[in-house]
Amino acid sequence: MDAKALAPGIRPGRLDKALIEAGFADLHPRLDDHEALVAADRCYFCHDAPCTTACPTEIDIPLFIRQIATGTPEAAAKTILSQNILGGMCARVCPTETLCEEVCVRETAEGKPVEIGRLQRYATDTLMAEGVHPFERDAPTGKRIAVVGAGPAGLSCAHRLAMMGHDVVLMDARAKPGGLNEYGIAAYKSTEGFAAREVDWLMQIGGIELKSGVALGRDVTLEALQAEYDAVFLGMGLGGVNALGVAGDDKQGVDDAVDFIAELRQASDLAALPVGRDVVVIGGGMTAVDAAVQAKLLGALNVTIVYRRSRERMAASVYEQELAAAKGVRIICSASPVAVHGNGTVREIEFEFTGDDLTPTGELFRLPADQVFRAIGQTLTGDGLPELDGRKIAVDGTGRTSLPGVWAGGDCASGGDDLTVTAVAEGRDAAEDIHASLMG
Amino acid sequence: MADLTSDFIGIKSPNPFWLASAPPTDKEYNVRRAYEAGWGGVVWKTLGEEGPPVVNVNGPRYGAIWGADRRLLGLNNIELITDRPLEVNLREMKAVKRDYPDRALIASIMVPCTEDAWKAILPLVEETGADGVELNFGCPHGMSERGMGSAVGQVPEYIEMVTRWVKQYTRMPCIVKLTPNITDIRKPAMAAHAGGADAVSLINTINSITSVDLDLFAPEPTIDGKGAHGGYCGPAVKPIALNMVSEIARSPEMRGLPISGIGGVTTWKDAAEFMALGAGNVQVCTAAMTYGFKVVQEMISGLSQYLDEKEIALSDLIGRAVPNVSDWQHLNLNYISKARIDEDLCIKCGRCYAACEDTSHQAIAMSEDRVFSVKDDECVACNLCVNVCPIEDCITMERMAPGMTDPRTGKVVEAEPADWTMHPNNPMRLNAAE
Repeated sequence: MDAKALAPGIRPGRLDKALIEAGFADLHPRLDDHEALVAADRCYFCHDAPCTTACPTEIDIPLFIRQIATGTPEAAAKTILSQNILGGMCARVCPTETLCEEVCVRETAEGKPVEIGRLQRYATDTLMAEGVHPFERDAPTGKRIAVVGAGPAGLSCAHRLAMMGHDVVLMDARAKPGGLNEYGIAAYKSTEGFAAREVDWLMQIGGIELKSGVALGRDVTLEALQAEYDAVFLGMGLGGVNALGVAGDDKQGVDDAVDFIAELRQASDLAALPVGRDVVVIGGGMTAVDAAVQAKLLGALNVTIVYRRSRERMAASVYEQELAAAKGVRIICSASPVAVHGNGTVREIEFEFTGDDLTPTGELFRLPADQVFRAIGQTLTGDGLPELDGRKIAVDGTGRTSLPGVWAGGDCASGGDDLTVTAVAEGRDAAEDIHASLMG
Repeated sequence: MADLTSDFIGIKSPNPFWLASAPPTDKEYNVRRAYEAGWGGVVWKTLGEEGPPVVNVNGPRYGAIWGADRRLLGLNNIELITDRPLEVNLREMKAVKRDYPDRALIASIMVPCTEDAWKAILPLVEETGADGVELNFGCPHGMSERGMGSAVGQVPEYIEMVTRWVKQYTRMPCIVKLTPNITDIRKPAMAAHAGGADAVSLINTINSITSVDLDLFAPEPTIDGKGAHGGYCGPAVKPIALNMVSEIARSPEMRGLPISGIGGVTTWKDAAEFMALGAGNVQVCTAAMTYGFKVVQEMISGLSQYLDEKEIALSDLIGRAVPNVSDWQHLNLNYISKARIDEDLCIKCGRCYAACEDTSHQAIAMSEDRVFSVKDDECVACNLCVNVCPIEDCITMERMAPGMTDPRTGKVVEAEPADWTMHPNNPMRLNAAE
């Protein structure tokens, strides 16, 4: 190991460019035609299939796999996309091991499910590579709808509305559309600019006007949107990040994991991206794993995830935990941060072991750290929003909020489990309900 | 989406996928589910004459052949025609047809070979509003022992006679369903044609014993230690069915006789193949029995995508391959090809080598480091290596261009086609000089 890798502090170029590129390569590359046929062959075409029931967007999985098996991946893609317009991204980021593949009858019987996620990617990639957008707009309705947030929920809602003939203005606070698909999610799950390509492809439906750099509360108010549009869909996600709430939280080197991931996703040269030698990630969800694994892939020597509860309660799936372990990330459970030490810049972070109900044990330990990432959840920000249910916008089953003409979905809305696929389902269902209520 | 609307002998259906007369179409409940799932038409399970219905065995009715991963490849059955009273079936057919006027509903019929029996049942069927009748001259088990089903289908004179009666006593279009358990399918088809049939449908099931229980020493399915031959269907019979359909389609005497293709249709591709060989539509049974009625959705999307990609209408597909179905004697003997092994795709299993070395022409070389290559001076282009290779497109057949020398024969490849009829080794050759 050379000096570059061992140097303390937050610095770029810990690994050679080639090693970094190899590390950030596609996690599950597209199956080739032969692999896809072999994988599709394993599907039993179950009746009332458990996989479909487990999918938040209820994709007809046996049908699309059969369409792959019979040499029509384009038809398979249409089956997928008619239920989930972001089927390409979901194929990459869905925790299939806790959704469709977990309940696959072959998982139950043999411990080896049909590779549904990868087959979905095969089909959607095939169609997108052909440059085909398989849906057409209905006749114009003359209705105008504002969609706030161009993440999975907003994109899904906008597409469905546009397809049904409405005119959609899609606004997003960031410079690029895509939301967490573009700015969140580990880079090895969305390679070669897939998030941006998918948005371009989705916009081919027509009837969607994108306004980037427009933030609710800063550039436009909900009241104004309600007045100007026939309906409003809120899908702006969670803008705030929870603080550690311990002494030293503000020291240099303590950052938000989501900012690190966003910077990484937008970096043109990963070798130029600085990372610490000793990195500690605090949290137990997908964001924590994405930050930790990517820090490791950038060349951090020691990367540790510290989660306050037991392993079983980590929000990151077992698959994600194993991925982190395979990449050399250490996971410490049942420990909460109590202080960040260092003279202006973080040098160490101190934890206390806790019971599963978070009762302190009095057992303390310190980890050397030159970079600490907070990944302990995000919060809804903004004023003048519809009524909340806890910390999110209260919605009913079809996304209706407390305000007339205002729907919400995705991470900013109550219910669901903050997955991309859930956001897509909520955006789609809200669009259907908006359509039904506008068209009577 | 291509337009899949089908018009078969004047019977319209939203797509060319009909369920064949069989257990899936035995009653109203099933047929309604089939229509809801998207099937374009249904041939109702065969009706018998009025009176006490037939009975079925109370042991197993089906036997099966499986491929790898227990994929069902062939199904054998010993079920008879409907075992429910005629009037119940007719009442249900009427109700279903009323509720699904856009779907095809055909009544399959099997009554004894007497004019009175046919004369009696036809008006009753007509009364249901059914779009047509299919004469079951195909069932090879049980009913054939009683002089019906394939017992009729094996005697062209009977086929013609009964078809005439049917054409005489009903205005409904008449499809004659043929048994494959004969030597030349054209003979019964010709008889149906001569009798005035509007169409033929084929194939019905093939006489079969699927397997033998080696402890009981009895054929399967076994009922109390004994078994009887059944009728074989499913993917395994498709090649037999395709050939029989093509034999009728290319027969000059029956040119234009509509054919409903049956036999192992499982995917859109199977259906397209039947239609390319002359079938105006297809009938399906085993695929539905294996996977449920929903399987039609893949057939619809697949056929539609195929027609779109080919930029042809459904009607253009029908019979499109018939002109290319030839006799052996007319195949071009100057068409010379050689096997080519793609080393990048090859996984070095050696199956091609074993097949060629042991059972064919010793035309594949194997190096010490398991690189396989074709010996052009031995290769007769038999295609066996292609067929046994587990990797698609790893071994292909490449045509030799005219002017090249075939290293096997030392002869220059001719540009002009030549077939057996003019070959010097053929004692019966056609000689232009004579």
